[in-house]
Amino acid sequence: MSSTATPAVSLTRLERPESWWRRHQAALAPMLLLLPALAAFSLFVLWPILDSLWLSLHDWDGIGEKRFLGLENYRELFDDRVFWTAILNNIWWLIAFMLAPVLGLAIALYLNQSVFGIRLVKSLFFFPFVISQVVVGLVFAWFYNPQYGLLNEILGAAGLGPVSPLDSELGATFAVIAAGLRPQIAYCMILYLTGLAAMNPEVIEAARMDGAKGWRLFWHAVLPQLRPATFIAVVVSVIGALRSFDLVAIMTAGGPYSSSTVLAYYMYEQTFLSVRYGYGAAIATVLFLIMNVYIAFFLWRMLKREGA
Amino acid sequence: MQFWKPFAGLVLGMSLTFSAPLAAAELVINADASEPSLRKAWEGVVDQFRKENPGTDVKLNVYDRESYKRSIRNWLTAQSPDVVFWYAGTRMRQFSKPGLLEDVSEIYTPQAKQEFGPVATDLMSDAGKQYGVPHSYYQWGFFYRKDLFQKAGITEAPKTWNDFLGACEKLKASGVEPITIGSKDLWPTAGWFDYINLRTNGLKFHQELMGGTVPYTDTRVKAVFAKWNELLDKGCFMKNHASMSWQDSQAPLFQGKAGMMLMGNFITGNFPANVANDMDFFRFPEINAGVGKAEDAPMDALLVPARAKNKADAKKFLAFVMRPDVQTTLAAGTRQIPVNQKASVPDDRFLKVGQQLLSQADGLAQFFDRDTSEELATVGMKGFQEFMANPDRLDRVLEDLERTRKRVYQN
Amino acid sequence: MSFPAPIQEKSAATQAFYRASLVPALVLWLLPLIAIAFTSIRSIDELNQGNFWGWPEETRFVENYTAVFTQSPMGRFLLNSVLITVPAVALAVGLSAMAGYALAKYRFRGNLVLFAIFIAGNFVPFQILMIPVRDLFVNVVPLYDTILALVLFHMAFQTGFCTLFMRNFIKQIPDALIEAARVEGVSELRIFWHVVLPLVRPAMAALAVLVFTFVWNDFFWALVLVQSDEVRPVTAGLQALRGTWTAAWQLISAGAIVAALPPVALFFLMQRHFIAGLTLGATKG
Repeated sequence: MSSTATPAVSLTRLERPESWWRRHQAALAPMLLLLPALAAFSLFVLWPILDSLWLSLHDWDGIGEKRFLGLENYRELFDDRVFWTAILNNIWWLIAFMLAPVLGLAIALYLNQSVFGIRLVKSLFFFPFVISQVVVGLVFAWFYNPQYGLLNEILGAAGLGPVSPLDSELGATFAVIAAGLRPQIAYCMILYLTGLAAMNPEVIEAARMDGAKGWRLFWHAVLPQLRPATFIAVVVSVIGALRSFDLVAIMTAGGPYSSSTVLAYYMYEQTFLSVRYGYGAAIATVLFLIMNVYIAFFLWRMLKREGA
Repeated sequence: MQFWKPFAGLVLGMSLTFSAPLAAAELVINADASEPSLRKAWEGVVDQFRKENPGTDVKLNVYDRESYKRSIRNWLTAQSPDVVFWYAGTRMRQFSKPGLLEDVSEIYTPQAKQEFGPVATDLMSDAGKQYGVPHSYYQWGFFYRKDLFQKAGITEAPKTWNDFLGACEKLKASGVEPITIGSKDLWPTAGWFDYINLRTNGLKFHQELMGGTVPYTDTRVKAVFAKWNELLDKGCFMKNHASMSWQDSQAPLFQGKAGMMLMGNFITGNFPANVANDMDFFRFPEINAGVGKAEDAPMDALLVPARAKNKADAKKFLAFVMRPDVQTTLAAGTRQIPVNQKASVPDDRFLKVGQQLLSQADGLAQFFDRDTSEELATVGMKGFQEFMANPDRLDRVLEDLERTRKRVYQN
Repeated sequence: MSFPAPIQEKSAATQAFYRASLVPALVLWLLPLIAIAFTSIRSIDELNQGNFWGWPEETRFVENYTAVFTQSPMGRFLLNSVLITVPAVALAVGLSAMAGYALAKYRFRGNLVLFAIFIAGNFVPFQILMIPVRDLFVNVVPLYDTILALVLFHMAFQTGFCTLFMRNFIKQIPDALIEAARVEGVSELRIFWHVVLPLVRPAMAALAVLVFTFVWNDFFWALVLVQSDEVRPVTAGLQALRGTWTAAWQLISAGAIVAALPPVALFFLMQRHFIAGLTLGATKG
């Protein structure tokens, strides 16, 4: 790491010969600033990731000797029906979760006012993001329950139903996604509230002066300023969609017979229920790669825009 | 590792300010007894042990069962508590074989062996050595609504498969769903597989199948599903079972919408007061007359990890839990059947029936998800669920099972 | 000038409508939570009989919420959660503000690669890190079964997300502000402390709330890295309310509500800092 930035040294302030630190600080400062985070991250995250990649080449039950398999786990994945179901379901999650930044922004705009009690209202809007997903999944599962659920009461009143989405091969995933969207929207809402607060009012003021208002003002003056928030909101929604686990576990356990499983749940099932650590690691590796492809695309776009 | 020493020393020093000081004779017990009645009973037993052994500082950490199952491999291979709760039979041997458990044969005196009987002693043994102490077990069978059976004109609990099919028809005719089941949890389906197999092919075949020596494409396995399919054909099971956990599936039974449920005795703790008196129990009916009647009776046990720090006190605790008086106290608190035959069974009609059933059974199985490999159990139970929803997919289900069996038991 | 325009500039009718709309919107948004709250005051018999939606036959508010604290050492678990979460969040946000500044405002070789690594590491399905991380804390940094193990791991793991977050917000600060300080001869580290940090305070506040929530709600690592009741966090206490066979859903719901209050309260309190971003323009002007 060497700096290409030229340190701006003010001559008027130069009262004594420059210290070694002063001369090199422009090059050293970024290193010093990065070092603690990088050290912690390397030890507790990067190294374990490499270790897990290595594990994915083995057969291991968590206690005995690891048996080296080469790429056998990946070959098996390729033939594994459940794995492909999980990928397909993850794609549905991903598509649906792209609604979260949009709706999160809508709510943030709605709440970005200063009226009496708004802080409390915002805090309560935040609640779904905080509460344990296990109980959220629980009440949604009860909501869908074919015998005692509220859903069929509502449908019945409208002369429809009865339905039982959670034991339907086709419907289960969507029923779970419907429960998962709310916390993600709350998450995006926070990001946008922060983004709205960090906006430069002068830009908006200038645009208003130019006669822009409503939708045009929003599109041309506000949205560009919210880009950092949007970037993060999209990224965390991608992660949220691909990592979705708790709701699947509590609402369907991946069922019926794995038709609503997702990669994160399937990895969990293989690692902890089937006790196949190597195979679980292989699933995780694939999930990791999918995420990285997706994120690389966003990163590339963001950097291109920053460069421009 | 040199590089880490100063850092480790620093953080260790800091961590000591957070964690409790280590006492000389600390006995750490990790338990999966999170059910309130179980937790209370065990806390009581641990208290009694403390009183009898004032020098020992006993710590009881309680976990829910799913978290516990995920963690036990970590504990046995990394840092071990002194005593762990676990299961008898195959699940124990899985850990004793690679040397993760301490041999506790010394506490199995001839008298203890006699009190526990050959079946329980055998379940705790691997290659002639004992690796733990069983503390309780319970029976499986049908918990049913006597009042609904009577209303449907069923005067006697079904004894044979034909009786059972007949009862199913009568219940349906009376407007009651015959059998409730929550297959979202997967394991409730395994009870059905176990019992139909035990009654059709007997315990010996069942054990061979669980041990991976018989293919799942065997005609005898297909016969099990054929019997199961008779119930599905008649519509004996409640619909939408895949959307319900076993807990959800109790509601129809308690509300009088369903007649019976194949379940473990622990369900009796959930009987609401208004229907408790209408609830009764019957044994899984006979299918093939010549086949001995074995039962599912999961047995829970205490083990000592090989890496335990305080093995002396751990063994002392295990010996303590073996005592008839302690097993009596435990059984009363946990509402289960004590394994020590000199201990007394709590005064509870279901447990009395259960104890009689198990003592006269032609052998015990531990339940599908404890008797076979975890991997096979996971694939199998998902397959059972799929079969119950789509009986026409049986061949594919069996192929999946067979492929898994071959991989798991190839070496 | 903020966006959308302050409601106070609108007609009285619009203002009244806005205020009146907040409550129904909130109720609609919180319907699942209301269901959870109702569950938390039912009896287990009622749940076992399928009464999930009707008005509770008997309200067991006091009994259930007391049971949460008496059935497992919930008070201790809550304290542990605070001891784990507060330092982990402070460290993660602090370290990543530094790293984020370095990545946003210095050009050096490898900058992009490092940034990409921080992002990528953040996406790993963390369950697969279990064995290596456990081994680290057993063999290399002997902190297994201590609060510090959880603090260190959460700090490190959250650094990925936090660095991404901070880097993007710091990137928005006009370079001119930093250059001006350099011309004045302010040292690089002092620029970070006195110029950059005050400007990103709202972002840090928001980030702290988010990371607090993540760490607070973690259950997985609490299971992998600690095992004694003395050090387990509140999520472990919640999980222990699942019986061996029967889950006490009414208590789990009550416990979940109790456990969710600290992050919500934190969010409420931190909102004061969210608007500090307005100073960005002022400083620049």
